[in-house]
Amino acid sequence: MNLKKSTKNILLILVVVLLAAVPLLVLKDAEFSGADGQAEEAITEINPDYEPWFSPLIEPASGEIESLLFSLQAAIGAGFIGYFIGYVKGKREVEQKVLNDK
Amino acid sequence: MKKRFILSGAFISVMLLLPNYAFGMHIMEGFLPAGWAMFWSVFSLPFIILGIRTISKTFKENPNQKLLFALVTAFMFILSALKMPSVTGSTSHPTGAGLGAILFGPLPMAVSGLIVLLFQALLLAHGGISTLGANVFSMAIVGPFVATFIYKLLKGTNKKVAVFLAAALADLLTYVVTSIQLAVAHPDAVSGVMGSLTKFLSIFAITQIPLAIAEGILTVIVYELIVNYQKEGGYELEKIN
Repeated sequence: MNLKKSTKNILLILVVVLLAAVPLLVLKDAEFSGADGQAEEAITEINPDYEPWFSPLIEPASGEIESLLFSLQAAIGAGFIGYFIGYVKGKREVEQKVLNDK
Repeated sequence: MKKRFILSGAFISVMLLLPNYAFGMHIMEGFLPAGWAMFWSVFSLPFIILGIRTISKTFKENPNQKLLFALVTAFMFILSALKMPSVTGSTSHPTGAGLGAILFGPLPMAVSGLIVLLFQALLLAHGGISTLGANVFSMAIVGPFVATFIYKLLKGTNKKVAVFLAAALADLLTYVVTSIQLAVAHPDAVSGVMGSLTKFLSIFAITQIPLAIAEGILTVIVYELIVNYQKEGGYELEKIN
């Protein structure tokens, strides 16, 4: 395929978005609870006497706080990747300029 | 009986109070019996130690690799925070471990994975301290080893396909291992370990299939970026491959 690299990347990202969006659109009645919550139910079903012997030290105060911390985690990662792209792109431009000026 | 009643009452009230309470997918705190929790911790520890040694050796040889290592760890941070809806009507998140394993080999990723899992266990009540060893084993040891193996096997054919499959299969097998870990710890009274395994696989592995494809695609995009800016980044890809 002779597509530009950026076009190709946009198409690829579109596929990822579709992978997430299609289940939301198709499965209208689904709860979209977490797989680990369902595993918890399965364990209780298999082994009704099992009691978790340890509980989390700190629980996020609410679903909103948990979302906050999850977005913080993603933001830390995305922030660094943004820094990396800016750094290498800027460096390439400067080096190209130096070459052209010579 | 009374205790269980109180427990489930507490659980229900928590669910009612937190209607948006979101779950992820690592093994939950306290849900592995103490013996198994201990077993996986002891089993994972040597990989962490070897991982730290490999990282410090790599950094000593070329300090520029730090930039690349930070990048692959950042990638893991993002991907394991993205809880995506799936075809099973539940959610789970990718792992992001494949990219780093392709570039640095499996051992350093055990350390990156430990950092991510600690963050989630301590601050998010996602995964747990008692199940940390088991979760490190599935996400930060098995995943990266699978990725490295698949990549090495296929890199002679088409690099992009090799990267895609390495990342996607590492993601998927992480949850297969999670299912096995839960099944051996919680065998079904009638159908045994295999019965439990089917149950857990249907929860974790099937949910994970579209997510694994998404992770494969995202990994290819970032991998291309890394290769494209190799000169500017100053890191050596041949050396680590």
